[in-house]
Amino acid sequence: MEKLLLLGDEAIAQGAIDGGISGFYGYPGTPSTEILEYVQHNKEAIAKNMHREWSANEKTAMESALGMSYAGKRAMVTMKHVGLNVAADAFVNSAVTGANGGLLVLCADDPSMHSSQNEQDSRFYAKFAMIPVLEPTNQQEAYDMAYYGFELSEKFRIPVMIRITTRLAHSRAGVVRKAVKPENGIKLPEDPRQFVLLPAIARRNYAKLLSVQPDFEKESEASPFNTYTEGSDKKLGIITCGIAQNYLLENIVDKEFNHPVLKISQYPIPRKQVNKILEECDQVMVIEDGYPVVEEMLKGYQEKGTKIIGRLDGTLPRAGELDPAVVAKAIGLEVNAGPDVPSIVKQRPPAMCVGCGHIDAYTALNEALAEYGTGRVFSDIGCYTLGALPPYNAINSCVDMGASITMAKGAADAGLIPAVAVIGDSTFSHSGITGLIDAVSENSPITIIISDNFTTGMTGGQDSKSLGRIDDIVKGVGVDPAHIRVLKPSKANMDEVVAIMKEELAYQGVSVIIPRRQCIQTMKNKALGEKIKALGLK
Amino acid sequence: MKTDIVLSGVGGQGILSIAATLGTAALENNLHLKQSEIHGMSQRGGDVQSSMRISDQDINSDLIPLGGADIILSVEPMEALRHLPYLKKTGWVVTNATPFENIPDYPAIEDIHAEIKKIANHIIIDADAIAAEIGSRRSSNIVMLGAASPFIEIPYEFLEDGIRKIFGRKGDDVVNKNLEALAAGRKYSEENR
Ligand SMILES: Cc1ncc(C[n+]2csc(CCOP(=O)(O)OP(=O)(O)O)c2C)c(N)n1
Repeated sequence: MEKLLLLGDEAIAQGAIDGGISGFYGYPGTPSTEILEYVQHNKEAIAKNMHREWSANEKTAMESALGMSYAGKRAMVTMKHVGLNVAADAFVNSAVTGANGGLLVLCADDPSMHSSQNEQDSRFYAKFAMIPVLEPTNQQEAYDMAYYGFELSEKFRIPVMIRITTRLAHSRAGVVRKAVKPENGIKLPEDPRQFVLLPAIARRNYAKLLSVQPDFEKESEASPFNTYTEGSDKKLGIITCGIAQNYLLENIVDKEFNHPVLKISQYPIPRKQVNKILEECDQVMVIEDGYPVVEEMLKGYQEKGTKIIGRLDGTLPRAGELDPAVVAKAIGLEVNAGPDVPSIVKQRPPAMCVGCGHIDAYTALNEALAEYGTGRVFSDIGCYTLGALPPYNAINSCVDMGASITMAKGAADAGLIPAVAVIGDSTFSHSGITGLIDAVSENSPITIIISDNFTTGMTGGQDSKSLGRIDDIVKGVGVDPAHIRVLKPSKANMDEVVAIMKEELAYQGVSVIIPRRQCIQTMKNKALGEKIKALGLK
Repeated sequence: MKTDIVLSGVGGQGILSIAATLGTAALENNLHLKQSEIHGMSQRGGDVQSSMRISDQDINSDLIPLGGADIILSVEPMEALRHLPYLKKTGWVVTNATPFENIPDYPAIEDIHAEIKKIANHIIIDADAIAAEIGSRRSSNIVMLGAASPFIEIPYEFLEDGIRKIFGRKGDDVVNKNLEALAAGRKYSEENR
């Protein structure tokens, strides 16, 4: 079969394509973005016209994927770990409705927070929703799991999570393809009330979800993804989860190492194998990338009382991602690092690009706000969050997508007036609009800056869902048109921009200022250029 | 054979073009390969790193262990230093001489070069100047790959084939310029090692 060189993300996309998927849904977020991007450029996906557009946010994406599953077809929804917080209502309830066509929920976690606000572990959510999880060890397993995941999902009529972390998502390796499966046809659920979560039906569905938990466990026990390597030295047993297995093997390839090793890549954790390792070993070390999910379970799992070590007792660091050195230390091997980093090496944090429109917007905002004093700018998540760094020092918060408008409102409610929100066009579509509805309904004295660069910049320039419609949306929500100010941020008209900002800061109601200039990173994107022209946005 | 390479630079400098050429060369010749990349936030002008592992055996970790890199290949000199803890005792630092100064406190370039020269095995090459001489400024990353090539356990012809494959779509001219860039980088290292 054909061998491809794929990122973990791309392997998942290709596995799903070959596994008979009909539609992908998702919202961009590192490290999950490359899944949908791969599908958008994949010839077979285009030829079959698989759904592959970005959604407005993770919740709308999750729900659309559930709708496709309802119709009997196979679907996948992709998101970064914090996206699952946004999609959580739909996600947890989808375990109660169950699936019809195979439904895979792909969550990409980011331990060590390379590009994120936290390092939450999606396996907790899956346990909370009581659904199976697949956690690949390498790119080939990532492919195989997406391919096989649909069958697992359809066998139990349940959504299945695939959980990956940054290193696998963004690492390339050879992947062997399998035979392409046909898509499902439309086939409605056998029980027409399966998806109607009125309490009486929800209680029935929930009872069923509870009753199949032991079956999920049996499935894990029989899964080829969970492997047990026997070992004669039973003073220590090792449990690895997903990618952690690689770091262990990296350290022991050329060494005498005779401890039993259980690799877990399918959850719920396989009871039979877990009990075996607990029974036969004096002590068990759990190595997992992310939170100590399995370690915590095992501490309260067993009757024998085998000592469990891992992140919780300091054998491994409590936070941050795993790497070969961290694992080497945990299993008592020496690490021979190269020379130290010389002290002259300086930090090089990411920064807004030279020529970025956000920079001019902040320059103007800082000047306009000077008379009110600092501490009143609630930002959101996007490239403009980098306005927190010198020389701008322009913002005072960044919490979650959408939290700019709503936090500004709360602060204004408290009497901090004027309060300012800074949000991007993609984030505004993702979860800014509902906050604006709150502010308009109370005519809160806040100034909202929607810094519109026609794209989802931070994650690499994906489509922004409200391209060309932001002004109408703001108007439609009910902002007074006299206080919707569209302008072009640039050095040349800095005075005008500052003057407009000052006027709106003084206004005792909701005003929306829209500095509008194309993201310079997207200048080579011809399709976007044409859309911008057609919409008359220049 | 097994070669572990840490590729480093600044977001936007295109270190992935080096990785793609190497990766194609390895895959076409049925070698095992793992290459980890950085996407997301750091691409905005921050320091970026990619690890490239090539072997005729199975490769486990996507990341190179501390003290495990045979080569640090950096398109920016300060970034070469940032990854020294990953360098093997016998490893090579191959770096571009030209700094990319996008921070206010960038150190004096002489100090940076002096630190690099403290490493026993090092090549400092002005890849930008060499690329300009060839008349193909965009090929400076391929000059860097050429400069590292004597230390990579992949036959040189494989790298040439990789270039033909990667740049093939862009026409013979581009392919030839990049082959020239690769050769020029290699020559420099062979004369200055
Ligand atoms: C819930 C959630 N989903 C996705 C992300 C990833 N993410 C961070 S910034 C960003 C894009 C923001 O785009 P926009 O607001 O238009 O600003 P720009 O980067 O273009 O300036 C995304 C998708 C996230 N941090 N949280």
